[in-house]
Amino acid sequence: MVQPASHDPMVPQVMRVAQAQLDAPDVFTLKLEPEADLPRFTPGQFNMLTAFGVGESAISVSGDPASGDGIVHTIRAVGAVSRALTELRVGDSLGLRGPFGVGWPMEELYGKDVILLAGGIGLAPLRPAIYRLLAERERFGAVAILYGTRSPADILFRSEVESWRQRLDVDVHVTVDHADESWHGQVGVVTTLLPRIAFDPGRTVALLCGPEIMMRFGVQALGSVGVPDEGMYLSMERSMKCGIGLCGHCQFSPAFVCKDGPVFRYDQIRYLLALKEL
Amino acid sequence: MEAGREQSVLTVAGVEALFAALRDRGYRVVGPTVRDQAIVYDDIAAVDDLPRGWTDEQDGGHYRLNRRDDDALFGYVVGPHSWKKFLHPPRQRLWSAKREDGETRVTADVTEPPRFAFIGVRACELNAIAIQDRVFLGGPFADPHYQARREDAFFVAVNCGQAGGTCFCASMKTGPKAEAGFDLALTEMLEGGESRFLVEVGSDEGRDVLAALPREPATAADEATAIGIVARTTASMGRAMPEGDIRELLLENLEHPRWDDVAERCLTCGNCTMVCPTCFCTSVEDTSDLTGTETSRERRWDSCFTMDFSYIHGGSVRSSAKARYRQWMTHKLATWFDQFGTSGCVGCGRCVTWCPVGIDITEEVRAIQGGD
Ligand SMILES: Cc1cc2nc3c(=O)[nH]c(=O)nc-3n(C[C@H](O)[C@H](O)[C@H](O)COP(=O)(O)OP(=O)(O)OC[C@H]3O[C@@H](n4cnc5c(N)ncnc54)[C@H](O)[C@@H]3O)c2cc1C
Ligand code: SF4
Ligand code: SF4
Repeated sequence: MVQPASHDPMVPQVMRVAQAQLDAPDVFTLKLEPEADLPRFTPGQFNMLTAFGVGESAISVSGDPASGDGIVHTIRAVGAVSRALTELRVGDSLGLRGPFGVGWPMEELYGKDVILLAGGIGLAPLRPAIYRLLAERERFGAVAILYGTRSPADILFRSEVESWRQRLDVDVHVTVDHADESWHGQVGVVTTLLPRIAFDPGRTVALLCGPEIMMRFGVQALGSVGVPDEGMYLSMERSMKCGIGLCGHCQFSPAFVCKDGPVFRYDQIRYLLALKEL
Repeated sequence: MEAGREQSVLTVAGVEALFAALRDRGYRVVGPTVRDQAIVYDDIAAVDDLPRGWTDEQDGGHYRLNRRDDDALFGYVVGPHSWKKFLHPPRQRLWSAKREDGETRVTADVTEPPRFAFIGVRACELNAIAIQDRVFLGGPFADPHYQARREDAFFVAVNCGQAGGTCFCASMKTGPKAEAGFDLALTEMLEGGESRFLVEVGSDEGRDVLAALPREPATAADEATAIGIVARTTASMGRAMPEGDIRELLLENLEHPRWDDVAERCLTCGNCTMVCPTCFCTSVEDTSDLTGTETSRERRWDSCFTMDFSYIHGGSVRSSAKARYRQWMTHKLATWFDQFGTSGCVGCGRCVTWCPVGIDITEEVRAIQGGD
């Protein structure tokens, strides 16, 4: 399905910010419009967002794939482009190309116990999967969301996380690296939450998204309780300048993270993750 | 197409007429020419612009032009340039955007590229272009800039009459004879100081162009001479890639001590990636006027040897020289197969010649293989 030459996949289309909301220090969630001519995204896919005059970044879609009321992105300001994106306000324009990449294997999850392991901003790319899981809740076994952040203030989508926690059919646990007086919950890395949930390792699929180091510990912990390598999926982050396999930046040995990923099944990249600086 | 069946012979005047014919057809004629003591690719108007009577001396980290004792038009191999500078330009404006009355409009760069006629394209280079075709046109998204420049180009190949000191196309099976991908292919035959060119037709347009040129039919002796020339070139390759499954060798040796050894020598200057005819990586750069009203994005060649290349928040994924050299070489010779179904190396030798410290990709493979 090669695109015709007239369509230049490197040229963004102009979108407007319809809603901008501060989610945590340095983290904003933007709802973009018009959605009309955009192809539908699947959970785990990303768009390339342009802050005009500054640059472009890969940002996962964090909204509900079923809602159809805008494209939603959650962005943490870490550098020039992401900061400029978080400084956009209602009515401002930005550029968008996408959706790109291979997302979470939603069909694989039917009938399985599902564990979502999120670290920091990693909850954002998992949120569309959570919406899907909740919308079709009866099609899955036990569902657990384990989420770790640096501090209580960094917890994303806080009221939403709390509403998920109210549900009796989802097991939600949150932990922070550094607590303050307001925090009465768990302290420690996200993997320490694993013993708190009940699941059948042999029929579990785990979706991991967060800093690479957190995912490395995550697969180890899941593996040690019997979740098979084929039952773990990781969303990888690499530098991306095009998002469509032409710029070369996101190479992860044989794979292009942008088009073969960003979501990979662990058994297929295990040997790559074992090597440093690949 | 049975290219071998219809062969003619051109004289130097015939080559001159070929340039004129291509210009008449609206082509921008580019080919080898001498500049700054190197043979580079640039616009050429006439046979006199070719490096007539020059040859090159090449070795690891070494390049020098010398006078030949004849007037050969193509008596040298490849220099620091490759055709990718025309097909995949070092800088390419992608789009510009303008904000007016609160509305931003993005305009794609649709400048019509020139129709190029490339003169003196070597077999390794035709193979390199076929490889870049897979990269830019073979995936789910095609690069329209490459496509536009590529589609209309006319290729006049030259079968090498001699091999360079760093050439190893024979071992990569990418030369020295041009087998496909050309419109016309020349073999320069030097007899008594006089150049004559055996011409092979590779396309319908090539046949049309040739039909209008002053030429004579090739004799059996001419054809035998040309075959002999290519055979001699094959036999005099400066280097060779070791035999065996190089992909498997490298992927099984990602922690081989040789990577530390080469990292001691490599300056991570990126020269090898700039001169390589298949290296395709790019970065983008956005610019803005002072008011932020007009902005644009430009794409430019990038190199996996820079620290920026793999930078994500928190640091570079490949910060050591070892990791960056390993990425480059394993990409060229191993993971390129996984990604594009072919090697990423055509054995042109440029990376060996233009490496300031003379690192030789064939030698590095040999060392990992355990020979020396
Ligand atoms: C598939 C995918 C999905 C993602 N999803 C999200 C998401 O949903 N939300 C989110 O917040 N983030 C997400 N990210 C991460 C996000 O893309 C990056 O945080 C963002 O691109 C950072 O860009 P920046 O310019 O703001 O920051 P920087 O990290 O400062 O800049 C990145 C680029 O600038 C250059 N650069 C800047 N500083 C340096 C330096 N010191 N040394 C070398 N080079 C430098 C490099 O060329 C680099 O590529 C995702 C990434 C990927 C790959
Ligand atoms: S890797 Fe070196 S020899 Fe091979 S094609 Fe590139 S420049 Fe030429
Ligand atoms: S191998 Fe040679 S040319 Fe390539 S980056 Fe290292 S020093 Fe530079």
